[in-house]
Amino acid sequence: MSAKPKIDRRGFLTRGLAIAGATLAGGCDSELSEQPWVKRILDKAEALTYASQRALVSPTALAREYSEAEISKDFKANGSTEVDDDGYRALAANGFADWRLKVGGLVGQPLEMSLAELRAMPARTQITRHDCVEGWSCIGKWTGVQLKALLDKAAIKPNARYIVFYCADDLGETGDDDGKYYESVGLEDAFHPQTILAYDMNGAPLPIPHGAPLRLRVERQLGYKMAKYVMRIEAMDGLAGIRGGRGGFWEDRGYEWYAGI
Amino acid sequence: MTEASQQEVIYRHSGAVRVTHWVNVIALLVLLMSGLQIFNAHPALYLGAKSNFDDPVMAMRPMKHGEEIVGVTTIAGWNIDTTNLFGLAYMPDGDYEVRGFPWSVTLPGHRDLATGRRWHFFFAWLFVINGTAYLIYSLVSGHLRKDLAPSGSELKHIGASIWEHIKLKFPQGDEAKRYNVLQKLAYLIVALVLLPLMLATGLAMSPGMDAGYPFLLEIFGGRQSARTIHFIAASGIVLFVVVHLVMVLITGVWNNLRSMITGRYVIKLPEGQA
Repeated sequence: MSAKPKIDRRGFLTRGLAIAGATLAGGCDSELSEQPWVKRILDKAEALTYASQRALVSPTALAREYSEAEISKDFKANGSTEVDDDGYRALAANGFADWRLKVGGLVGQPLEMSLAELRAMPARTQITRHDCVEGWSCIGKWTGVQLKALLDKAAIKPNARYIVFYCADDLGETGDDDGKYYESVGLEDAFHPQTILAYDMNGAPLPIPHGAPLRLRVERQLGYKMAKYVMRIEAMDGLAGIRGGRGGFWEDRGYEWYAGI
Repeated sequence: MTEASQQEVIYRHSGAVRVTHWVNVIALLVLLMSGLQIFNAHPALYLGAKSNFDDPVMAMRPMKHGEEIVGVTTIAGWNIDTTNLFGLAYMPDGDYEVRGFPWSVTLPGHRDLATGRRWHFFFAWLFVINGTAYLIYSLVSGHLRKDLAPSGSELKHIGASIWEHIKLKFPQGDEAKRYNVLQKLAYLIVALVLLPLMLATGLAMSPGMDAGYPFLLEIFGGRQSARTIHFIAASGIVLFVVVHLVMVLITGVWNNLRSMITGRYVIKLPEGQA
């Protein structure tokens, strides 16, 4: 008889461990991940990571630049690799001669720049590593105009906090603006010397799978921040009013706005 | 001789060790499962700075085998058929799904990289805070020096200890009051090498941290090497946990569990020592 409570205690422990195990391992976790309170708690880590990296990494620290020999022979093109749109195809057929980059929002001097005008501005070339959120890395050589130079030219206003990039590709395949790619960066990254709008890749005009005619490079963050097929740039004081309100196509689908890790 | 005189109850684990142990258990379980979710987004490993897609050191992927499509795990040039385990799995309806690890061991339990990352980084913070607290406590309290650092004579007799473990003969009486030399080395390697290595290789995968601290790339030989080492070190921790659990089971599961919950551990004294 004296052994009985012990068995009950064991039974209780075993059941408790089984429930805990099932909750984590057995498919309940899919539902657990969908709980709003779980999402809210897990989201806290992003702010902590962002604040820590901002505190630990100097605003002017440069991403590693590589040698010509280290350039990837087979640079993977991810996300959209073409733009299924007649207007875009017409621009591409003409070598993007009629394409114009619009710069607007909180600026004193809105701009409309042709590719030739962008190429006439001072250029920066950098051989950098592209880290995809999926885990792989490729190295490429990018040439373009520094975003800072463009924002200075447009006389960005002091109340601007974010730079938003609107793209031509409908990655969400909704057929309207909701599915179109967009991204945003804060001013620290916008003014970083390696943040460029690239029109050349590996010494040749940017190929369509990699975002022709213009893609963003934000070298201290993951690949999804580096919007391709950029058509329009806007300086904004907030992100809440734009589409899903989280500052980017993938951000609206659960990914972190700060993609420094 | 009464029954009571044949055993002695000692206070084996301090509160700090017990709490940090269980927090670590939870953090490592979530980190492993969410880590496998992240790995499944691109189930291949490389050496160097970049991914040479044609030359992975390890990959889980589908391949054509005659008319059949099979799941293949490639390790250092060797192709192993791992259909239904790694690389590719057939569904009951005959359709197949391409993936690395089975979804039953990932968090969430279906393909969802974004949510896997959120679990991973939240519990990475818990792991770092908990691990830092443990290391500070271990240094200040003397736990590291008194309980974990092996003495010179212990290291000299390591061969005997290995032989005793092989014979499944474990220390009794006074000897059981402290960790044996193999335990000490195993715990030290996990606490001071493998777990810090997980953090360091994790940070080396961060493009933000790489800009501020380029030595992270230097010490591991590039970002993709760091990712590979992250995977190998995680495998080492899984191996440790398996051995640890086996040892907990065969050396008295309730006594061991109680000592890590309440701190109290029963020592059976050999005849004559009581």
